[in-house]
Amino acid sequence: MSVVSERTRLRRPRVAFWNNPRVRGLLAQALLLIVVGWFAWEIIDNTVTNLQQRRIASGYRFLESTAGFSIIQTLIPYSEVSSYGRAFIVGLLNTLLVAGLGIAVATVIGFVVGIMRLSSNWLISRIAAAYVEVIRNIPLLLQLFVWYRAVLKAMPAPRQSIAFGEIAFLNNRGLYLPYPVFGEGIAWVVAALGVGIAGSILYSAHARRVQEETGEQRRRLPVWLGLLIGLPLLAFLFTGTDVSFDYPALQGFNFVGGLNVIPEFAALFLGLSIYTAAFIAEIVRAGIQAVSRGQTEAARALGLHNGATLRLVVVPQAMRVIIPPLANQYLNLTKNSSLAVAIGYPDVVATGGTILNQTGQAVEVISLWMAVYLSLSLLTSALMNWFNARMAYMGR
Amino acid sequence: MKKTLLSLVLGATLGLGVAGAAAAATLDDVKAKGFIQCGVNPSLPGFGFPDDKGQWSGLDVDFCRAVAAAVFGDPEKVKYSPLSAKERFTALQSGEIDLLARNSTWTMQRDTALGLTFAGVNYYDGQGFMVRKSLGVDSALKLNGASVCTQTGTTTELNLADYFRANNMTYQVVAFENNEEVNQAYDSGRCDVLTTDQSGLYATRLKLTNPDEHVVLPEIISKEPLGPVVRQNDPQWFNVVKWTLFAQLNAEELGVNSQNVDEMKNSTNPEIRRLLGLEGDFGTSIGLSNDWAYNVIKSVGNYGEVFDRNIGPETPLKISRGLNALWNKGGIQYAPPVR
Repeated sequence: MSVVSERTRLRRPRVAFWNNPRVRGLLAQALLLIVVGWFAWEIIDNTVTNLQQRRIASGYRFLESTAGFSIIQTLIPYSEVSSYGRAFIVGLLNTLLVAGLGIAVATVIGFVVGIMRLSSNWLISRIAAAYVEVIRNIPLLLQLFVWYRAVLKAMPAPRQSIAFGEIAFLNNRGLYLPYPVFGEGIAWVVAALGVGIAGSILYSAHARRVQEETGEQRRRLPVWLGLLIGLPLLAFLFTGTDVSFDYPALQGFNFVGGLNVIPEFAALFLGLSIYTAAFIAEIVRAGIQAVSRGQTEAARALGLHNGATLRLVVVPQAMRVIIPPLANQYLNLTKNSSLAVAIGYPDVVATGGTILNQTGQAVEVISLWMAVYLSLSLLTSALMNWFNARMAYMGR
Repeated sequence: MKKTLLSLVLGATLGLGVAGAAAAATLDDVKAKGFIQCGVNPSLPGFGFPDDKGQWSGLDVDFCRAVAAAVFGDPEKVKYSPLSAKERFTALQSGEIDLLARNSTWTMQRDTALGLTFAGVNYYDGQGFMVRKSLGVDSALKLNGASVCTQTGTTTELNLADYFRANNMTYQVVAFENNEEVNQAYDSGRCDVLTTDQSGLYATRLKLTNPDEHVVLPEIISKEPLGPVVRQNDPQWFNVVKWTLFAQLNAEELGVNSQNVDEMKNSTNPEIRRLLGLEGDFGTSIGLSNDWAYNVIKSVGNYGEVFDRNIGPETPLKISRGLNALWNKGGIQYAPPVR
């Protein structure tokens, strides 16, 4: 016993615990945590006290009361008698819709323009350069106003609508399209599509394993087509589901029925995707230029065509550079969609703002906004980090 | 050393808490800083609107000036905060402004649940509709299926929903945060109908490309008593604001205006003498000098003068007194007496 302690003493000179770097580190962190916690508690307590003193109602109960206002675009059933909570969710879904579609389209435009900028064709690269420089140097809000006014100005009144074969109409109330109405068997079709998606993923994994083990390439496209289109089609034919279309028709002031793409959505969607695409184009260009020239030359030496060089050699390597800043652009696009409030698109900020004003519950509504944008950002980051890890260089 | 730092941080946090929680004495604050921070509408000619030189004018702007005259004897001691409908109550709650004079409708919820108090009614209004003449609509009951432009976060938005629902009509709402955007959307044909308070419709029509092509429909679908708002926890400031409005109304009733107020000092009418601070002690009871009402009338005028100057028949808005005439002239404007 004494021998052991003698040894330890020899190996590590005994120090007072407050001089032990490990203990000190922990202690400092604990202190910091206490101070931060205290600060947060103080702010919350202060807010609650102030709200009570000024007799401002607080709490989240208001979310259950009747909203009483209408919203122009709702993806879920909503009316004036729905609750504030539901109105908030309507706004949230509208944000997700415009952000999701905006991200998809901005990515496509961004990649095309980014690659165009590197084209050896003088005209093509100049057009891409002009696009990038013009779009990214004008504030997004101004672009939204321009889009909104331009979209509206160019459109005729409902009675003078531009008609596309009497089934689709374009006017200053938006684009009216036929809306498909499905019979009861549609559940089977949806289920078949689900099975198809799952099957495709499983088959892809299987095909990759086969290729890695034997080098044999399986044909994937026919199988995918069969699973994703054939299977739902079969289900559709067998269940005999009837599909009818709800056509828009001019009735009184406006068109009634059909699917209405409102100008506010169109303007926001165009503005966001075109603006973000300019930044994505620069990221793509930088990513491609980061791949060393030797890679292209090596691909050429192997006899690969231009397209194959880009697709198989350059872009996969460029992706590693592209993905992290791309994630930033996706976050920016989502957050920028809050400018919707300026052109009357009912996103989560616009509907939340209305709720805030009708109820006066500023603290609560702002906390909900913070929660929404924080979750969206963290979710986007998590997805992109996962994607980044997948695309990372794997040494063999 | 470490201890001192920690106690410093804790002390600062505590200080923050105490300072934030202290009850507000707005009148003292206003006197100390030397001006009134007044929340106004930036885009409603006749009520609140800055001209191209940045000079504010309007019925609500004049009310801010009247309160400044009561407090400082100088109507120019006002700074204006242009606020949207959505921002206005939060700005007042948080103390960013001292007084809100922004055509805000007095409702029970706003008066009770927001920690705010309405100090009176400086304009009795009601909600109406405006449409293009070319639509050939002569009644709001024929608006079934129309798209309607309005401002978010207003009573207008709620009344609109109630009215269409009560009359079994459908509509499509296009709601914007700012007046200016509502007007532009209507002007560019985005909506069939523009709805807001009737006074606002007349003010807006002036700003449209072709004012003559638009008509205000006869229906008035709501009561919109518009008035100045203060925070609830400050009765002294509430009294100052409330009695400034009452002084202007009483002055009109007694025939005292900015032109004759000096002569009126020689009047023997005890009501006039009390109003102008020649008898009694009505200024000190609200924390002001006794000639506070004299200052308001001398520099800003009585209620009728303010009305005529900003929105009356001689102005582009051409609004008649209607409900806003004094109680003894067929209207409902009525102020408690100074005594």
